[in-house]
Amino acid sequence: MTETKPNEMTGTPAAEDALLSIRDLHVEFKTYGGSIRAVRGVDLDVAAGECIAVVGESGCGKSVTAKSILQLLPSHNSEVTGGQIIFDNVDLLQYNDREMQKLRGNKISMIFQDPMTSLNPTMTVGRQIAEVLIKHQHLSREEARKKTIEYLAMVGIANPEKRYKEYPDRLSGGMRQRVMIAIAMCCNPRLLLADEPTTALDVTIQAQILDLMRGLQQQFNTAIILITHDLGVVANMARRVLVFYAGKVVEEGMADDIFYRPRHPYTWGLIKSMPRLNSEKKEDLVSIEGTPPDLFAPPKGCAFAARCDHAIQLCLEKDPPMFNIEGRHCAACWLAMENMPDALRPAWMKAEKVNVEDFD
Amino acid sequence: MPKYILKRCIIAVFTLLVLITIIFFLVRLLPGDPFNDPKVTDEVRARLEAYYGMDKPLIQQYFAYLGNLLKGDFGVSLIYTGRSVNSTIAQTFPYSADLGLRALGLALVVGLILGTLAAQKAGRVIDYVCVLVAIIGVSMPDFIIGALLKLIFAIKLRVLPAGLWNGFSYTILPVVALSFYTLALITRLMRSSMLEVIHQDYILTAKAKGLSNFQVIWRHQIRNSILPIVTVMGPLVAAVLTGTFVIESMYAIPGMGKFYVESVHDLDYTMVLGMTAFYGIFLVSANLVVDILYGIVDPRIKLAESKQKADDGEEG
Ligand SMILES: Nc1ncnc2c1ncn2[C@@H]1O[C@H](COP(=O)(O)OP(=O)(O)O)[C@@H](O)[C@H]1O
Ligand SMILES: [Mg+2]
Repeated sequence: MTETKPNEMTGTPAAEDALLSIRDLHVEFKTYGGSIRAVRGVDLDVAAGECIAVVGESGCGKSVTAKSILQLLPSHNSEVTGGQIIFDNVDLLQYNDREMQKLRGNKISMIFQDPMTSLNPTMTVGRQIAEVLIKHQHLSREEARKKTIEYLAMVGIANPEKRYKEYPDRLSGGMRQRVMIAIAMCCNPRLLLADEPTTALDVTIQAQILDLMRGLQQQFNTAIILITHDLGVVANMARRVLVFYAGKVVEEGMADDIFYRPRHPYTWGLIKSMPRLNSEKKEDLVSIEGTPPDLFAPPKGCAFAARCDHAIQLCLEKDPPMFNIEGRHCAACWLAMENMPDALRPAWMKAEKVNVEDFD
Repeated sequence: MPKYILKRCIIAVFTLLVLITIIFFLVRLLPGDPFNDPKVTDEVRARLEAYYGMDKPLIQQYFAYLGNLLKGDFGVSLIYTGRSVNSTIAQTFPYSADLGLRALGLALVVGLILGTLAAQKAGRVIDYVCVLVAIIGVSMPDFIIGALLKLIFAIKLRVLPAGLWNGFSYTILPVVALSFYTLALITRLMRSSMLEVIHQDYILTAKAKGLSNFQVIWRHQIRNSILPIVTVMGPLVAAVLTGTFVIESMYAIPGMGKFYVESVHDLDYTMVLGMTAFYGIFLVSANLVVDILYGIVDPRIKLAESKQKADDGEEG
């Protein structure tokens, strides 16, 4: 810890090589009870061809962030109240509906959590893919059909000619997610938003789908934002990880930083609650105690303080900014600040490489 | 699919048989009979009954009637000598069909559009207007709407004819009056089913594909929300059909509904029976078409069918 040079970061400029740069994004939902501040100042960068992971408990604003990139939030009750979403050097928040339509499914596409409900039950799977090709690449029906069959084969669906004509009911969850991937990838997008793409699938299928995505990412050099609440999914996929909590990024770094040198107690909580294959005391596997804060009225201080074992008075009073730890690794925790007395820091925070078993 | 259709057909034929049987015996149970007239002496009555075969046991008459029906012969009127039920239907039904089809078409087109619009603009002014139309239409009986329209447009404003069926301008008031209830019902159904569909995940997928609003609505929302409408089409056709009785009398349209009412009044057994059988055949076929249409619109039915076939195949 001594050789690191933590310093407070203020308003990071958009990274030069970033394909997508989200700056200080704020999203609110208007409800009868008041405004829900679902996203509260998120910064996020993705370089071309890079795969990053966004992790966090459910309800922390992951999906809302992703949907706001494509302006897919419900228009009647949600509002982006601040920030920028810069894609290819243009702020998407300035785009109108028409311009967004040209982008969606073409340069940026998205796949969703539940493949069972994400496909139209009254349209053949083939047409659901072909539709995208006709829309964005202006192919004729016949050309689109041929290309769709190629894509069906590419995402690992056997007998694509036959499958083309089938309705989603005939396909298993894993197959349907493959179809969703084909829909998302058929226009060769620069960025894929994958919102919990494997959460609804069983474990063996999960691995296959992740493999498929990794393969396609390399083949097409597509950047991926992989959203998940399961750190286990992240390990083999993402180079970089962002940890979300209560609508904010609380820690960010290369996957190794996050897994082996976490600097935020929330990240540490996530790591501890990961199922471990060699763990003998499976029953001890607890998720983080407590509940996330009320997003109607987020606390004045750190949003995690109420659940944090190491919180000090300062945490309750002032929301910590992002402190740079090393390279791109940074954490929004007062204990990660450079001149914080070492005695306040828990052992795992000081370790060069933590081993979860040592701290149980 | 063929198995599904065959099953529906068998059910349809059975329904018809039950209907005709019930009506056949029910009409006879009504107090009085067609020759109930002081001028008709017992002797004349006996001759009339023998002439029409009504002196035979009822059950024998029943089977004779069924036999004739199978040949397509609906019998002759007991009141007007020389007038067959077939020719009466042939003369009057085209008017009713014209009126009914126009009303149904109007109800479908306007109802689907209003319902879609209301759902799309849920919570806004357009939505409230559509809901209001729907409530008025469902709660007001067609004879009141018919009378009101006639009063306003034919009598007060004198812009449209008050009766008869002699050209397009004659059709407007009765068609609007007849379609109102159905139109309102379709609007309401379409609105609620569309609101449900709008929140489905696959609609988000469709938007994420970059489709325009129109494409999302047309290709993904309407097809899915129309299913509940297709299911109630049978009863809706029935509603329009019964509505023709009132509207035809009110606007002096020489359709079948008007004759039907008169025949019941005169206890013209064969006429009532024949027209009922005809309406029955008509309604049952309409339902049959709806069932088959439903199978085409909703692939899940086709699916269940083919699965069943596969299972049968395994057994066999
Ligand atoms: N359509 C909506 N209406 C109101 N609130 C919403 C809506 N969608 C999301 N939210 C709020 O935004 C917060 C973040 O949601 P979300 O991004 O979906 O979480 P997750 O991280 O699990 O994807 C939730 O706490 C929820 O209260
Ligand atoms: Mg989510």
